[in-house]
Amino acid sequence: MSEPVKSPALSSEARQEARAPQGGATLDVEAVRRDFPALALAPYGKPLVYLDSAASAQKPEVVIETEARCYREFYANVHRGVHYLSAKATVAYEDARRKTARFIGARNPNEIIFVRGTTEGINLVASSYGRRHVGAGDEVLITTMEHHSNIVPWQLLCEEKGATLKVAPINDRGEVELDELEKLMGQRTRLFATVHVSNALGTINPVREMIALAHARGIPVLLDGAQAVPHMPVDVAELDCEFYVFSGHKAFGPSGIGALYGKLELLQEMPPYQGGGEMIRTVSFEKTEYADPPARFEAGTPNIAGAIALGTTVDYLEAIGMDAVWAHEENLLGYGTALLENQPGLRLIGTAREKVGVLSFVMDGVHPHDIGTILDREGIAVRTGHHCAQPVMDRFGVPATVRASLALYNIREELDQLAAALAKVRELFA
Amino acid sequence: MSDLLDLYQEVILDHNKRPRNFGALESPDREATGYNPLCGDQLVLDVALDGDGGAIKDIRFRGSGCAISKASASLMTEAVKGKTIAESEKLFERFHELLTGDPSVRGEAGAELGKLAVFEGVREFPVRVKCATLAWHTLQAALEKAEAPATTE
Repeated sequence: MSEPVKSPALSSEARQEARAPQGGATLDVEAVRRDFPALALAPYGKPLVYLDSAASAQKPEVVIETEARCYREFYANVHRGVHYLSAKATVAYEDARRKTARFIGARNPNEIIFVRGTTEGINLVASSYGRRHVGAGDEVLITTMEHHSNIVPWQLLCEEKGATLKVAPINDRGEVELDELEKLMGQRTRLFATVHVSNALGTINPVREMIALAHARGIPVLLDGAQAVPHMPVDVAELDCEFYVFSGHKAFGPSGIGALYGKLELLQEMPPYQGGGEMIRTVSFEKTEYADPPARFEAGTPNIAGAIALGTTVDYLEAIGMDAVWAHEENLLGYGTALLENQPGLRLIGTAREKVGVLSFVMDGVHPHDIGTILDREGIAVRTGHHCAQPVMDRFGVPATVRASLALYNIREELDQLAAALAKVRELFA
Repeated sequence: MSDLLDLYQEVILDHNKRPRNFGALESPDREATGYNPLCGDQLVLDVALDGDGGAIKDIRFRGSGCAISKASASLMTEAVKGKTIAESEKLFERFHELLTGDPSVRGEAGAELGKLAVFEGVREFPVRVKCATLAWHTLQAALEKAEAPATTE
């Protein structure tokens, strides 16, 4: 990917430009919508309004078809057989690795490890890299806006090693203050793990600046990209982070597949994460030699069809263009924000200056769960609850929020329907 | 909107807005906390027992939750106050049947449930059953003097 990373460090001028339709950067949303069969569903007889892509996104036909075709036409175990089908499956599987690497800007496909998803990717780094590099008295640094999957693996590691978990605060808009972050980067900080884009607030972290601060102190950085990859161009080599993780299912790909990117020199010196088949060079009862990355970290038969379909997913997204996706969603976010801000008694949680299409909110006198149920009967799918980010809820003093999250297939009319349904909520709870 | 009106009946909306027995008891004999880990709802229940410990003399609750869980807690406190522990356990059984059981047996259960029958609409919203039963699970924990907090999971 030669495109520069746009969103994290996008200047306001560039944002203005991104908003304006440009050659090759516009998205034909009606055509996109036709690609997603689930968008034609009608729960309770109402056209589906799917505003829960941050929990899991819908899949385009071409991805569904790839997974089905794999099982019909070229399925066998990978890296093992000498026969026709195994060779075909292996080629497709490794092709998917190359495509995934290209999509997020990894220069070498061997830097891409297929995992179940973001959670497994973070756990892999915590147990392999973390166990080796974090010791008693050391520190791991995260932020207040992490998903539980970027909190608990580090807590487990710190507990085991006698290390301390440090947490960078966020302000009332839901942004990390860089000077506060810097103060927490010390001599004992062994890793800084942060979300690229917050799932509960939508905040886009200034990851370039964060990485520069960390690297100035020799601190490696892991980025949880689960909510970034589906919405914006990402270039890990340009970002220069040590690790980057994302899930297929949030990026319109299959569930149960995701990718961990790691700098090759780090992966090469990391011990295995799980033992088993595929991850070895030679095994005897006296000594086992491990395979090189990525095989070292892919013990057992992987999610073959899922990985291959993830390859199709990133092809699909590249054909649309992540710049176009970003521009479409930014436009939609502006529209949705204005619409919700005008709803009586509604408070948006997460008003960062740099945001993706996540509209998290609470309403006076109505619990998010009740809102979720009423919206559901209008055919509108939103997430309600703590979004696996309880520390964020605590920070804003709410037990839960309603979260409407946008993706490339959403349209303004759906946000209008959301606003109309919220009026019904108010009517019922008046 | 009709099934929504079955769920959010007037009585439920009223108890959500003006929960009865809300707050804390000065010197409760039993206290228990209940969580619904799915949504983060939390409820604390204080129970005062009568002299021989066989009946619920007074009961109060506090915490945060949706309209269904709050109204359920409120209506539960009204229903079990003055009842023996055995009677309140029986009532929970009946209530649970109302929410999850075979609709054909509800007539019989309904008679014993009194006001609690307003939760019948929850049956059509299976994901909300846990909201309606959180208070009852917490009461059970309080009466059993459970060490761990009650949970709907």
